[in-house]
Amino acid sequence: MAQGVNIENYSFWYGRTQVVKNISLSAPVRQVTALIGPSGCGKTTLLRSINRLHELHPGTKAEGRIAIGEEDIFSAAVDPVDLRRRVGMIFQKPSPFPHLSVFENVAAGLRLHGLAQGKEVAERVEACLRKAALWEEVKDDLGRKGALLSGGQQQRLCIARALAVEPEVFLMDEPCASLDPVGTMRIEELIRELKHDYTVVIVTHNMHQASRISDQTAFVLSGELVEVGRTKEFFLAPQDPRTEAYLTWKIG
Amino acid sequence: MTNRRKRKALGLLFEALCVLAAGIAILVLALILYYVFRRGIAVVNFSFLTSLPAPVGVAGGGIGNALIGSLLMVGLGALIAVPVCIAAAVFLDQNPASKLSAFVRFATRVLSGVPSMVIGLFVFGQLVLRTGNYSALAGGIALSIVMAPIITLSAEEMLRLVPSSQREASMALGATKQQTVFRLVLPGAAGGLIVGVMLAVALAAGQTAPVLLTALTSRFWLESLQQPTASLPVLIYHYATSPFADWQAHAWGAALVLVVAILVLNVTAQLFLGLSNRRR
Repeated sequence: MAQGVNIENYSFWYGRTQVVKNISLSAPVRQVTALIGPSGCGKTTLLRSINRLHELHPGTKAEGRIAIGEEDIFSAAVDPVDLRRRVGMIFQKPSPFPHLSVFENVAAGLRLHGLAQGKEVAERVEACLRKAALWEEVKDDLGRKGALLSGGQQQRLCIARALAVEPEVFLMDEPCASLDPVGTMRIEELIRELKHDYTVVIVTHNMHQASRISDQTAFVLSGELVEVGRTKEFFLAPQDPRTEAYLTWKIG
Repeated sequence: MTNRRKRKALGLLFEALCVLAAGIAILVLALILYYVFRRGIAVVNFSFLTSLPAPVGVAGGGIGNALIGSLLMVGLGALIAVPVCIAAAVFLDQNPASKLSAFVRFATRVLSGVPSMVIGLFVFGQLVLRTGNYSALAGGIALSIVMAPIITLSAEEMLRLVPSSQREASMALGATKQQTVFRLVLPGAAGGLIVGVMLAVALAAGQTAPVLLTALTSRFWLESLQQPTASLPVLIYHYATSPFADWQAHAWGAALVLVVAILVLNVTAQLFLGLSNRRR
């Protein structure tokens, strides 16, 4: 079941440096929310807070509330390991497990969480590869190493891998940054498909990409949320002068 | 213009020196191999590899028991060192910045610099003197200490080659730290880990002092881990320093067997490393 993400008064520190400053933002269910902003503005940190991946680094501190659906992800009842199963993440650098085959990459999450057994595994793997628009390209050789695919195929393999554990939310951290235009187009098509079933939050440096695929756009600058709005209005008529400056390449 | 010509000349000179230095290094190895082959090849045959040593003056005889003793003690050493050292490397890899890690790294480097004679003496004092006998077990333990720093340091390097992006991907999929180590990091680094073990085994196989002081030697087939045991390096040492021509010939033969075994291990490790790198 897809769930929306609700961020309330969220702040984050690396050591003494505050990189996210009191951000409140809602990512509505079954929509694409794009986070844009210059490098180092805190948008990736914000994204990585949603599956508590930032906690893996020592010396960090978080304040505020992030909820998936109704559930506060920082409450003591939430196990971060379980949370990460429910929140799929796609990274900037395609990261299929290099020692595993295409098939085993997608099956990895199923096996990890005991979600499928026997024949069911193969069925789920095929379904996920189809959903990630990769099946036709790999079906003849599912045993080949995942790392031997092209960059764009690897990224779709990672999406299939994330789909397999049926997440409620998809986080994407510049998923097209290392892809060529064709690979980028494929991923964008896929994101448009995915939003029918999932809530997607995507960090992107590419403002055209944000305007093409997102329903809502948020602009983050120096750790602050400057402006958030429906994507069409956001790009046509930005309210904040800093947003306008960024959109016209004057800052960042 | 002259400046450029000067730089070019300097570059050529430096390149020539490098080639010369590399040539000298290769030449030394080539000479050793040449002499060992020339002197040793005459005595090496099937019965040499499979028979017990013969008394002085008796024709035939071989290094069968020393070969088995070496294989056993090196195997025993690896059996002890590999699990402990890989586990230590996993700890170092998972806690790169902790104080304990820094200390473990320091201790490992110091241990790698300890002369193998001292390691032999340590096991001699702690085990041989206490139990009252030289044994294959003591030899294996001494060799495990010789191998430990090489395996630990190389394993840490190999584990670190597994990129953090993949580890994060694993964690983001809902894997715990342990699951990430066992399902991603260790299998992903397996090729490199094996190479490190092979190199450590190759080094340990040639060590004389640790086995001389702990397993001594024997003229008989190995019957238990609790008795003195022959090994190739010790046999070479005894035979080469003996006054008898046929024993000296056997020392060359044993040296040939040992050198070829170590060479094969090293070359296999290199090929293996090349293969696993290409797959990456």
